[in-house]
Amino acid sequence: MTLETTPALPPRDHALRLLREMLRIRRFEEKCVELYSAAKIRGFLHVYIGEEAVAVGVMQALVPEDAVVATYREHGHALARGLSARSIMAEMFGKLEGCSRGRGGSMHLFDKATRFYGGNAIVGGGLPLAVGLALADKMQGRSRVTACFFGEGAVAEGEFHESMNLAALWDLPVLFLCENNLYAMGTALGRSESETDLVLKAATFQMPAWPVDGMDVLAVERAARRAVEGARAGGGPCFLELRTFRFRAHSMFDPELYRDKREVEEWKKRDPIPALAGALKKAGLIAEADLERMEGEIAAEVADAVAFAEAGSLEPVEELERFVYSEVSPR
Amino acid sequence: MSALGGAVPAAAAKVRVTYREAMRAAIREALERDPRVFLMGEDVGRYGGCFAVSKGLLDEFGPERIRDTPLSESAFVGAGIGAALGGMRPIVEIMTVNFSLLALDQIVNNAATILHMSGGQFNIPLVIRMTTGAGRQLAAQHSHSLEGWYAHIPGIRVLAPATLEDARGMLWTALENPDPVLIFEHGTLYAMEGELAADAGAVEIDHAAIRRSGTDVSLITYGGTLPKTLKAAEELALEGIEAEVIDLRTLRPLDADPIVQSVSRTHRAVIVDEGWKSGSLSAEITARIVESAFYELDAPVERVCSAEVPMPYAKHLEEAALPQVPRIVAAAIRVMGEHG
Amino acid sequence: MPSLGADMDYGTLVEWMVKPGDRVRRGDIIALVETDKGLIEIEVFDDGVIESLLAEPGTELAVGAVMATIGQEGQAAAAETPAKAEPPAPREPIPREKAPPPPSPPPPAPARAPRIPPGVAPPGGGARPRVSPLARRRAAELNVDLATVIAGEGNVIRVADVENTAAARGVPKPAAAREAALPAVPPPAAPPAPGERAAQKTVEERTAAMRRAIATAMTRAKREIPHYYLETHIDLGGALAWLAEENRKRPVTERLLHSVLLVKAVALAARAAPEMNGFWIDGEFRPSEHVHVGMAISLRKGGLVAPALHDADRKPLGELMKEILDVTNRARTGVLRSSEIADATITVTNLGDQGVESVFGVIHPPQVALVGFGKMVERPWASGGMLGVRPVISATLSADHRASDGHCGGRFLAAIDGLLQEPEKL
Repeated sequence: MTLETTPALPPRDHALRLLREMLRIRRFEEKCVELYSAAKIRGFLHVYIGEEAVAVGVMQALVPEDAVVATYREHGHALARGLSARSIMAEMFGKLEGCSRGRGGSMHLFDKATRFYGGNAIVGGGLPLAVGLALADKMQGRSRVTACFFGEGAVAEGEFHESMNLAALWDLPVLFLCENNLYAMGTALGRSESETDLVLKAATFQMPAWPVDGMDVLAVERAARRAVEGARAGGGPCFLELRTFRFRAHSMFDPELYRDKREVEEWKKRDPIPALAGALKKAGLIAEADLERMEGEIAAEVADAVAFAEAGSLEPVEELERFVYSEVSPR
Repeated sequence: MSALGGAVPAAAAKVRVTYREAMRAAIREALERDPRVFLMGEDVGRYGGCFAVSKGLLDEFGPERIRDTPLSESAFVGAGIGAALGGMRPIVEIMTVNFSLLALDQIVNNAATILHMSGGQFNIPLVIRMTTGAGRQLAAQHSHSLEGWYAHIPGIRVLAPATLEDARGMLWTALENPDPVLIFEHGTLYAMEGELAADAGAVEIDHAAIRRSGTDVSLITYGGTLPKTLKAAEELALEGIEAEVIDLRTLRPLDADPIVQSVSRTHRAVIVDEGWKSGSLSAEITARIVESAFYELDAPVERVCSAEVPMPYAKHLEEAALPQVPRIVAAAIRVMGEHG
Repeated sequence: MPSLGADMDYGTLVEWMVKPGDRVRRGDIIALVETDKGLIEIEVFDDGVIESLLAEPGTELAVGAVMATIGQEGQAAAAETPAKAEPPAPREPIPREKAPPPPSPPPPAPARAPRIPPGVAPPGGGARPRVSPLARRRAAELNVDLATVIAGEGNVIRVADVENTAAARGVPKPAAAREAALPAVPPPAAPPAPGERAAQKTVEERTAAMRRAIATAMTRAKREIPHYYLETHIDLGGALAWLAEENRKRPVTERLLHSVLLVKAVALAARAAPEMNGFWIDGEFRPSEHVHVGMAISLRKGGLVAPALHDADRKPLGELMKEILDVTNRARTGVLRSSEIADATITVTNLGDQGVESVFGVIHPPQVALVGFGKMVERPWASGGMLGVRPVISATLSADHRASDGHCGGRFLAAIDGLLQEPEKL
């Protein structure tokens, strides 16, 4: 199967929206890095810088009723799905106004309104959840799909194989979206997989599988739409290998001893944001002033989110033991 | 507290059933009453269930609702969590607690935590049933009693039905509960036979039960060791020692009040727990007694647990490793301060 | 009936597929059996000829029950008898022999000095009993000094021990409106009775309670302590002669009775025989540094106390005599000190004035020996090949076989005898 690459440009509004979404994630994540260094955000922080095209492209293909399961590197997915910058930032500040009331932090963003099921810190741990969500939809006769994001490191976990098998066996509407950024923390793919062709691996589970240029948001969107269409029509699960790269380290505590600076520089040349911006400029769809305005609006949104988080409140300690059991009995 | 959990009509008809049949009836009732309920696990369908609990249900309810899964504990338990999140009411059957270890990540890191991690947004109305315990020479990898381990985890509920009423009645209440509930069925109880009210139904799952009243010593237990403990109480009665037997029923949250009240009356406690002694649920109960009834104690708390050894195969060794009636009796005599 | 699963205990025979006389080969199906898991075909594992079918279709059989027999055609084994678990070999009963003598007891020098807070007198040579939380609470409620309570099994004071002691003594001045204790065994399933005011107990009630307490203690002693008994007869002629001479030198108020000689002799002999002087606690013997001789004193209205004469081995006879008189007096008026009640390391019971010739008493736990003296009797006595008449007293030893044996006991009695032959050295 050949790598899915840049198709023709979409209409201007849509293209601008894609660009804006990616830039928004970029600036938000850069701010997080800054705030983490200032010790405002604690714990672990895994930023999505360089990979924005994947989340943004895929979200175009989903509808609000669909479900999203992501990993601990999920800020981009959350923003693209529709969680507000405020609620995410407040969450990372540990404030009550955060999307998870400050109980989850960076790695556990959840949002009921957008069917965003985390935020999972166990590599591979979200895949069975996604299978179950899709199972519920199928059993209830709904045409919803579940988009499940995970890194290529998860392919080594037993839960990956179990979940792929089960989803294929039961024909479940799961999108297995493997964001292959070549490094699982510090371990390169070639050092952990006997078979590094992930599409080949996925295809053995008898589901459609193909690779996508994850640095090209248009290619990602097109691939995602095809995948979603198939799943929603009852075609069962499918697997996309989204080839991407994170420009920064695995997390804030990572000296990146495992990869070469030159490799990073090479991938930076394929940064999805200037790539799209450049293409739009070249096609005359956008001017520098538009970009500046966009940057200005985004900066304001991010600053607003930070201010909101700073001003947020702390959950009273007396409430510590809440949310161990449900407080209202749903029926 | 009536063991049936509700008012019992004066002259209720009774039926003779086994524990396994009572559990089957509970599952059938749940499937009939709520279309969101389905059963999922290894060999629950075509095979009829490893312990024959679900025998016949596949024919009755079809493969959508009685789902045989591959040997993928992590995936199908996680799928149960996801399905519960997605609006279903799954009953996940893990063949035994021994295999549940393969699904620990999903149970401990997802089922127990999602409500909390999401700040209360997502609850998981899931029921997981597992067979547990030793006593049939199944050796070290098939004989665990890990209820105490699971009872350590906040975010889940842990139940141990030890009577026919509880086998019949705990499941529905567990399914109605908005949070994950683990039900442990001791393997030696499946064939237990007795009389059950013909209209027996749901029971509450929040309280321990006094199975036998007594004045001299409190015998506290749960699950598969309840029959042995009751037998020990009968033998103690012949020695003039009246034992009070408490069946915990719910291991998390633990209903400590009846335990404390009982020990405050009898002043002596023996805990019978099939888990290994160290770090077991019996240690937790001992701590609760010491915390709340210290000044009522006339003797140290005694525990009758499994010997600290992987379960051996040879019958005599297995018997020696497990709590048995003579050991329970001897412990009770010791706490009475009598020459044993 | 074969075992077809770990949780299969029974199977119901549905149908025989063979009849007697049929030849069968290994692997043939010979019966259908219904189990909890459904209908199962039963195969044979041997070649042979069906001899007899022992079960009727429709019967339920336990796993292991014989269903049919197969005759030899090469192999012997019957078809369907799986190996039954051997019943465990019966345990060898542990022979109830006399316990071997313990290794020579540690020297009287303190091997392990008990930690005593400064300013508090150490308990008399033995370990203090432990007290259950309930007993401690009840003792506080009843104003019972724990040092006066006789401990039970394992040297632990339990609530019953406290209540018995309280019952025996009567409750001293209670605070206003304080409720007395629960009865020792509350009636089943009833809330505890409010209890009566023990302050008004009559003498009869107190005596009866004391008898109960003694009964409990003696029962326990007899049940738990393996007693052995030795007797000897001691010629007291020399001692009495010396006593008469001594008393001539003393003012009337300081005259000595022969009982003080007996007590001193026992004390000195106990000093030299540590296995007679100490406590059996928690399965081991703990010899005492001190020799506190308990003197059994009967009380007028019935009952018995055995207050201790502290360090009886070290006191001169005059001082010891005074103490005996004083303690006897106070015992009879009920004003003993707690240390006197608790501290005896060996007890002497002297029923001579009751006219009893010899007494084999019950050891007072946690002590390990009790010396009994009977009345002095003029007896024919052979000594130095000559026959004469001497004042002879029976001296008996009841001793705990866990702490000592007949050999030690005999030596001990012989030592007492020897000491009484040299009264000037007492």
